Amino acid sequence: MTTTKLSRIALAILVGLLFYALPLIRPPFLTTNEIDFGGVMFQVAAFALVALGLNIVIGYAGLLDLGYVGFYACGAYTTGVLTSEHWHWPFLLALPIAIAVTMVTGVILGAPTLRVRGDYLAIVTLGFGEIIRICVKNVEWLGASAGISNIPHPPNVGPGPRPPFDKGGLFEIPRLQWDGIVPSLDHVHTTRFLVFGATDATPYYWLLLTALLLVLLGDRMIKASRVGRAWEATREDEDAAELMGVPTFKYKLMAFALGAAIGGLSGAFFASGQGGYISPDSFPLLLSMLFVAAVIVGGSGNRWGAIAGGALVAYLPERFREFADYRLLVFGLALTVLAIFRPEGLMPPRRTRRAKKAKEQIEALEEGDVEEEATHA
Amino acid sequence: MDLGALFGSPDNFISYTMGGIVFGAIYALVALGYTMVYGVLQLINFAHSEVFMFGTFAVAWVFVFLHGTDSAEWGLMHALPALLLALVVAMVVSAAIALLLERVAYRPLINKNAPKLIALISAIGASFALSEAMGLRDRFARWVGLEDNLADYVSPEKARDVYVNPVDIKPHGLFDVAGFTLTDVDLLIICAALLMMVGLDQLIRRTRLGRGIRAVAQDPESAALMGVNSTRVVQVTFLIGGLMAGAAATLYMMKIGSTRQNAGFILGVKAFTAAVMGGIGNLRGALLGGLVLGVMENWGSAVFGAQWKDVVAFVLLVLILLVRPSGLLGESLGKARA
Repeated sequence: MTTTKLSRIALAILVGLLFYALPLIRPPFLTTNEIDFGGVMFQVAAFALVALGLNIVIGYAGLLDLGYVGFYACGAYTTGVLTSEHWHWPFLLALPIAIAVTMVTGVILGAPTLRVRGDYLAIVTLGFGEIIRICVKNVEWLGASAGISNIPHPPNVGPGPRPPFDKGGLFEIPRLQWDGIVPSLDHVHTTRFLVFGATDATPYYWLLLTALLLVLLGDRMIKASRVGRAWEATREDEDAAELMGVPTFKYKLMAFALGAAIGGLSGAFFASGQGGYISPDSFPLLLSMLFVAAVIVGGSGNRWGAIAGGALVAYLPERFREFADYRLLVFGLALTVLAIFRPEGLMPPRRTRRAKKAKEQIEALEEGDVEEEATHA
Repeated sequence: MDLGALFGSPDNFISYTMGGIVFGAIYALVALGYTMVYGVLQLINFAHSEVFMFGTFAVAWVFVFLHGTDSAEWGLMHALPALLLALVVAMVVSAAIALLLERVAYRPLINKNAPKLIALISAIGASFALSEAMGLRDRFARWVGLEDNLADYVSPEKARDVYVNPVDIKPHGLFDVAGFTLTDVDLLIICAALLMMVGLDQLIRRTRLGRGIRAVAQDPESAALMGVNSTRVVQVTFLIGGLMAGAAATLYMMKIGSTRQNAGFILGVKAFTAAVMGGIGNLRGALLGGLVLGVMENWGSAVFGAQWKDVVAFVLLVLILLVRPSGLLGESLGKARA
């Protein structure tokens, strides 16, 4: 019993390590050749984190949020304003403030709008996402359409780089290069542990992956708690839940605020990323649609599904850059095809699978009855 | 409140209002597509904006076909025959796209009784694909080897840029209303939109077909038991939405005169907002919502500056939904009122 549990934990740690090492291993076929693979992995992790947050709102609480990019932008801009535009706070101090500000924004938006139901919520949130974008575009104090640049990177571990020769960091990690399927060590392109510079995206990816794992843990705990059950009840039948004594509005607001906080978190990481630059154009409305697509394609309500969906939506267009101009067309078609052939998403939550199975059983039984009656007659 | 001070001058107030009504009429026509599909299927037809976008291109193509690519300026009377032809073509093109959408992106999901959300994703995908297909039309022309013949239509090298209708329809002032000159183009747009709305409203209320649509909207299962072919009804719903979007596209091109492959998106969002504002699923609500949205956002842009136009529109939506959670006129395609 304990050995199986131990081995499962060991396996989980191994898989986790594998994910950390992905930008160093650079597995053939998976690796994007035309664009920095570490950067792509950073984007993949960012999307996965956003999808995880949105999954709480859409998957757990059943609230269709089409303006999630608003929270993403909110987190990014709070970080930008605090660390570069008006004050010069260190990143680690700005991060919790960014999360808190986004959370409050979520509550302010949610309090009036969560009283409207279903699809109305969709258009209201969509409007909200657009309002945020227009605001940051037109308010001088927020950098207007020029955006905010020179956002500081997260602090280095170990000595900082001293150009031109000392790259800083505690030690150096080489990465692999592949000749066909034969790997060899590449000592030229190395990653310094742990320097957040402008040349290497891998440390940012590691940071984001760590955040993702922490959020994942929190997500797991809250889903299994009373709050998680309340969300599920609200999603399945709001009236019934209310009658059973679940304060549905309170829990919906909580889901909204939590989702917003995670959106803000990933926004803050995005802002202090490699480029250290954000502008209103980084947060188009279409990004919201991509986020929703990520959650639903992965399997709304399943945290692993959301992560996979987020990773897929970010990764596919980068991997298939060869298609260049056609990649959005292909992406759109792929979304439609996926929706039609896997309506429950790639990884439907266990509950949905069980419900589907039960339904099939009932149908089989009903049909069996009919046959029986037919033979009796 | 002194309107004159807010709007610069009282004349400006009237002209902003009239401009708002003209745009509101176009919003309302597009909103019909959203509201009809929502009324019948409870689905947000996200790809409806692309149906409209294809219509705008159809209008420009008709003018290119009739006139060539040299820019010209025609009066409304001179352009009327061409406009009528463009109207027909745009309606056909938009309706065809709408039907294609229903067949490819929706029907497989409806048949499977899939969750509503997944239909939204399917529609988002289809919307991406349609918009991109228009942006890549020069490539498709190259594939079939008609690049040179179709150069005027596909505008190679700048297929993703603005595509301009070569014929500029020059408005003529008809008469003055309190310092504002009402032009024939504006009048035509408003009248055409109203006429189509009234026609559709009567169609839904009075004909056998309309009864079928209302029946399916109210209760699809009972309707099916009563012998209504629900697949057909859904098809007709998309067809009507497409026809209206085509008409809206023609009016839009009369007023704006240019389009591009992503022209549908923001207009679609606005039209959907209008539909929700009026009460989604409610035809008269779409008209009212469209007009209110058009006028209010124009006033907003006059008072706060043009860059805040969209913010005014969405804040207004939130305020209306707070006071009337199911829109100005309520949701009621299924009810006798619609």
